[in-house]
Amino acid sequence: MDPLQFTQLTNRRTFLHNGGVGLGATALSMLLTQSTAHAAPAGAGLPGLPHFPPTAKRVIYLFQSGAPSQFETFDYKPQLVPLRKTDLPDSVRMGQRLTGMTAFQKAFPVAPSIYNFQQHGASGAWISELLPHTAQIVDDIAIVRSVHTEAINHDPAITFIQTGSQIAGRPSMGAWVAYGLGTMNADLPTFVTLISRPEGSPGCQPLYDRLWGSGFLPSRYQGVKLRSGNDPVLYLKTPDGYSPETRRRMLDDIAALNRLTFERSADPEVLTRIEQYELAFRMQSAVPELTEIENEPKHVLEKYGPDVDRPGSYARNCLLARRLIERDVRFVQLYHMGWDHHGDLPDRMKKQCAATDQPSAALLNDLKERGLLQDTLIIWGGEFGRTVYSQGTLTETNYGRDHHPRCFSVWLAGGGVQGGVTHGETDDFSYNVVTDPVHIHDLNATVLHCLGIDHKRLTVKNQGLDVGLTGVEEHHPVHGILS
Amino acid sequence: MMRSDTLLLLLCCCVWPAASLPAADGDAIQFNRDIRRLLFDRCVACHGPDARERQADLRLDIEEEAKTSAIVPGNPTESEFIRRITSDDPAERMPPETSGKTLNAEEIDLLTRWVAAGAAWQPHWAFLTPVRPPIPEIDDPRGVKNGIDDFVRAPLAQQGIAPSPQAAPEQLIRRVSFDLTGLPPTIEEIDAFVLDHSPEAYESLVDRLLASPRYGEHLAAGWMQAARFADSNGFQNDFRREQWPWRDWVINAFNNNMPFDQFVLEQLAGDLLPNPTRDQLVATGFNRNNRTVTEAGSIDEEWRVENNVDRVETTCTVFLGLTMGCSRCHDHKYDPLTQKDFYRFFGFFDALDEKGVYTETRGNVPPLVALPTPENEERLQEFNRQIAAADATLNALAQAAMDRLFFIGDIPLKSAPEPTIAFPFLETLTPGAGSETATYPAGEPTFVEGLLGPSLVLDGTENSHVTLTGIASPDRSTPFAYSLWVRPDGRNSAILGQMEDGGQSRGWDTLLLKDGRLKVHLIHQYPQNSLEATTKTTLPNGEWSHITVSYDGSSKAAGVAISINGKPAEIEVGNDQLTDSFAVDLPLRLGRRSEMFFKGAMSHFAWFDRALTSDEILAWIQHDLGRAAQNNVPEWSEARQNMFKKFLIAVDEGELQAAQAQLDTLRKERADYDAAIPTVMIMKDRAEPRPTYRLDRGAYDDPDTSEQLTPAVPTVFAPMPAEYGPNRLALAHWIIDRQNPLTARVQVNRIWQRMFGVGIVKSSENFGVQADPPSHPELLDWLAVEFMESGWNLKQLQKLIVMSATYQQSSDATPAAVQADPENRLLARGPRLRLSAETVRDNALAISGLLTEKLGGPSVKPYQPAGLWEELQGGANEGPYVLSEGENLYRRSLYTNRKRTVPHTTMSTFDAPTYEYCTVKRSTTNTPLQALALLNDVTYLEAARKLAERMIVEGGADAASRVTLGFRLATGRRPAEEELDILTRGLNAYLQQFDGDESAATAVLAQGASDPNAALPRAKLAAYTTLAGILLNLDEAIIKP
Repeated sequence: MDPLQFTQLTNRRTFLHNGGVGLGATALSMLLTQSTAHAAPAGAGLPGLPHFPPTAKRVIYLFQSGAPSQFETFDYKPQLVPLRKTDLPDSVRMGQRLTGMTAFQKAFPVAPSIYNFQQHGASGAWISELLPHTAQIVDDIAIVRSVHTEAINHDPAITFIQTGSQIAGRPSMGAWVAYGLGTMNADLPTFVTLISRPEGSPGCQPLYDRLWGSGFLPSRYQGVKLRSGNDPVLYLKTPDGYSPETRRRMLDDIAALNRLTFERSADPEVLTRIEQYELAFRMQSAVPELTEIENEPKHVLEKYGPDVDRPGSYARNCLLARRLIERDVRFVQLYHMGWDHHGDLPDRMKKQCAATDQPSAALLNDLKERGLLQDTLIIWGGEFGRTVYSQGTLTETNYGRDHHPRCFSVWLAGGGVQGGVTHGETDDFSYNVVTDPVHIHDLNATVLHCLGIDHKRLTVKNQGLDVGLTGVEEHHPVHGILS
Repeated sequence: MMRSDTLLLLLCCCVWPAASLPAADGDAIQFNRDIRRLLFDRCVACHGPDARERQADLRLDIEEEAKTSAIVPGNPTESEFIRRITSDDPAERMPPETSGKTLNAEEIDLLTRWVAAGAAWQPHWAFLTPVRPPIPEIDDPRGVKNGIDDFVRAPLAQQGIAPSPQAAPEQLIRRVSFDLTGLPPTIEEIDAFVLDHSPEAYESLVDRLLASPRYGEHLAAGWMQAARFADSNGFQNDFRREQWPWRDWVINAFNNNMPFDQFVLEQLAGDLLPNPTRDQLVATGFNRNNRTVTEAGSIDEEWRVENNVDRVETTCTVFLGLTMGCSRCHDHKYDPLTQKDFYRFFGFFDALDEKGVYTETRGNVPPLVALPTPENEERLQEFNRQIAAADATLNALAQAAMDRLFFIGDIPLKSAPEPTIAFPFLETLTPGAGSETATYPAGEPTFVEGLLGPSLVLDGTENSHVTLTGIASPDRSTPFAYSLWVRPDGRNSAILGQMEDGGQSRGWDTLLLKDGRLKVHLIHQYPQNSLEATTKTTLPNGEWSHITVSYDGSSKAAGVAISINGKPAEIEVGNDQLTDSFAVDLPLRLGRRSEMFFKGAMSHFAWFDRALTSDEILAWIQHDLGRAAQNNVPEWSEARQNMFKKFLIAVDEGELQAAQAQLDTLRKERADYDAAIPTVMIMKDRAEPRPTYRLDRGAYDDPDTSEQLTPAVPTVFAPMPAEYGPNRLALAHWIIDRQNPLTARVQVNRIWQRMFGVGIVKSSENFGVQADPPSHPELLDWLAVEFMESGWNLKQLQKLIVMSATYQQSSDATPAAVQADPENRLLARGPRLRLSAETVRDNALAISGLLTEKLGGPSVKPYQPAGLWEELQGGANEGPYVLSEGENLYRRSLYTNRKRTVPHTTMSTFDAPTYEYCTVKRSTTNTPLQALALLNDVTYLEAARKLAERMIVEGGADAASRVTLGFRLATGRRPAEEELDILTRGLNAYLQQFDGDESAATAVLAQGASDPNAALPRAKLAAYTTLAGILLNLDEAIIKP
């Protein structure tokens, strides 16, 4: 059976009939999971998955939207200090394309980070002074300084890193994982998205639904956005005026009438619908139980920093990520906006780091203390790097940096990732990768690898092609950071 | 329509597969049905058309090549092909493990038996022009209504399966109403149909539905999805666009039953038709519906290429069912489509007069066409007449004023301020020496005729400036002002400066910035101790302007006033920290500040040792003008006279200004009126097409310039007609050619998919060699030929389908029947499908009486939870989602605003695509989020209340009849006793619950913008609303039965 053929495949008998090949079987397992949620919330993705024993069962992606500069975070370049204000040598730039924002700049003055770096942890990794909390977890994280991408503007670049293609239409990473591995908690969505932005800063880059969309996979695999208001999942809240008893009776009546419909039509979709209403009902209690943090002990909240009290903050979302992971939600995708620093970078970078450094580290530590880090994979990073040269005027205290796709820094931690490793190297200008380049497809293959998925074998026939997350070229997991 | 050599090859073995199910034992193996997909899926990626990937120089996609080496017909043991797929040696075994592909034992057996039986090949059926097949003879023709039924019943009979009986009238009218109009039948329509026992009853129902304006809307919803229509550009900030006139064109074309070939022709190439009508231009919006980038810093050529790639993919998918996009980077892995084929097709769009990165400031980007109504045109003409009259009045007044000045010397002077010192720059200036206080440093100063008389020319070089030694530097508590006439010839220059060339840049200046704004610095030490004032308005380049800078000695940026032509400019404050002296012991230099110079002309500099009020500034300009007018005005050039009049108007405070204000108002009104007239983005080619090249690996910056490509269709097909030239018009004519093997099949299949859920070819987006084999190949071809021979008549095609007994079968089934054919591919029963996202909502609006039946117009914003846009938007944005009001809250869902990066939430919950790219098939999921939406979204809560009102008001006196009405509205049928019992018991419980709970009832009724029927008791209405909520959540309320 062709996995392309989803359209009518959402009923149990179809799956049974087609007996375990392709999508039918996936959908079957999704359904079985749903229908047997009370009894056995475990497992059930594509048959044959995972392809090999996974080192991680769940993922948290801490996406830093707008692209944080590598110069002020992880890629220490003391060699640049004496070169300050000198023009970026042509031998480094080698005619590589620039964005339309700086392509016509007359000079490309080298701008060293004004922030200091120090070595930390047993591994002695160099970390910027802007990340004091991350500095304390360096022995738990693997820093990859040699990630490179193909896109040079935000929209195509974020779309590329999240879906493996710059152009809309492909499933997002979380959707692939939900499709391949199925759910572990049928009362909650398999793939959850959380969004935060710096307080009072309107100048962010936007985000798009497609980043957690399901592309050509059925829409059930798309990420469910957890919102900070009193309706954390859209339409979750029973409207005012309906008592719990009334609502329960309504659901019972709907089920009773639908059962009669099934008897006449024999359409298995009707049975599925009955189950979906029950699942919706359970979600109505499972989601609030997840998002209400009143019972978190004070010392835990303090770890995440004062922002944790503000719903919708990055700190609160990090805490929610831990609570989702505790409940075995498969893929938790955070986005924090506001990293696009074309100008006033030193000041904005400082604020942005201050808002995210502590919560990111707290999340890792919190998971570690609960024994969850060992089978949860964390990824921290943006969509590209930033230029060594200043966009706009370079002064003693101020500069900006344009987009730079040719190298940037990302860190990974948790299930299957070796802590205390620094992988890959860039040239003195952090312009080109010198050793161990890691393409976005390699990075994404690594994530899948930790989940026990061979990225080449998780594909779906689309428009006549076998399409997966990592493109058609040869790409490999980054074994250098795996334990 | 294939090339003749290919055609010959294919014709000799043109045998249609008889059915789609796998070969059972004893059934003869058929290549297209059984073998093709195995071969193409598992082998052809490495042994096929893609030369780059090809291994061992072996092709298994071409019969001759496969049989020259790998396959020995009739002899599996001698066939390397069989040896390799059965080998135990991992190094030899095919497909190799690294490919991720495998063949199971059953498949190997099938391939072996096929080789043993002679390895008969068949051409790819979809690339052969369809020929009308004979209608098969069936043994039992009872109930057969048209040819469709013969084609469907023949294989059913072979398998011993009986078709289902005719659907009950209630089921049938509901099904056909949804299919043809996307809306449920009314109770009256149901009753009339049920009672009408005439033989024509059903046909007249069908005719009525096809004639309804709702028909075109419903069909358009599908076409809009294929054409990736949306109301936003789709990337990054995702700004609004205005493409809805194209959508309305589609609706009207469907409602008018425009022949499908014409429909294709106008959308692909309406602009290239002789003397195209405005509608034909609007039609070409089809290929401007694609997403477009506006992100700052994006590279034009990169996105021009992406736009065209999208056009290639969309055009090929929608009209031809070809997955052309696969050939962008390399030859197609399966289909005989090369990378060059892709770029030749791409060439059709290379001529488009388009910039790759679109601007963010406007919704629509050229080429476009404005769509004024006749009333609009009339009003614009009226504006033109009014503007011309106002302009004439103003001119006459200005002329009179100038005449007075000249002939009478009537200078309307107020008391002009007394300048401390004035330099008209007349003959007094000599190089090096000059007057006592003004020095021109080098060369011979040149003068041109300016507005007021001879004016000094400065050429923008270092030595071309005037040094004024007589003006002592002002300081931060010294008020001062100056007045100067300038005609800049270029920007990014210094008007004047009295400032250190280096050091702390102490002093003051006036700069003309590169964007034309004026900037004044007062600096003790830059930037810490300085102030900056910049105008928001700009100085026109190449024209005379008057500027005044006045400083009140306050040490604040707010104390700096800059006027342009006597009008105080709005000021933007930069640094505003001046706490020390900015005085310098340096002369004032006109046309220079440090290393910045001035290019252009200047005249009549005047210096004041005090600040000037705006009245004084006007008076001073009048003074300058008046003095100049004493010099031979009649000898002035017309241009100078006109310019002079302009200034007279600018400084006038009486009738001239009033006349100018009148003219300005009219012009602005006209511009606003014009801007409100909708436009639509269309196709329009450049005079000189761009050269087309193959892009290596699809990269925009890597064209293979060794060979320029001419626009053409893929070489596997017959070429385009020659008479149009290699352009979109030729492409369109080729697509609608009766010999084209794909066009009619693809469309017929998609219409079938709309009705039955699955197409005859299940892969409705792909008719290439990897297509799913058709379940009823002869039926597909018969319908395709019928369609073409009917004159591409879409209404007739749909009528043919819905008039068939196959379509009219009951969809009630037994579990055994469902299990035997879960997807109903054999069509032994009627279709039973969940409604589309649009129809789920439209149905609820219709049965509750809320639906607005209004055709066309701008898209609308129905209910959506607050904050969804704001959560994702960046610094630049459209602002929040603002709900439409009144009837626009209840328009059909095809009119719902489509913002591609944040699709309407319940639309996507019910599987509507994001409209970011062409989609011809949706998934149909069944999720808890759908349940939550139907239970808790205000759309359905309000619809439930309105449905409850109908039940009470229209449903008769007793509960049972009211519940029956509600049930009928929701499901189209009468409730069975058991159903009625469940509902009425529920109703009683809800009545009891709300009876004592006024606040709960009030809350239930508060949902939605419409007012509850105040005549009804609140508790009762709340109970009925609850019951109606159940009805709207029934499976039967969201399916087509």
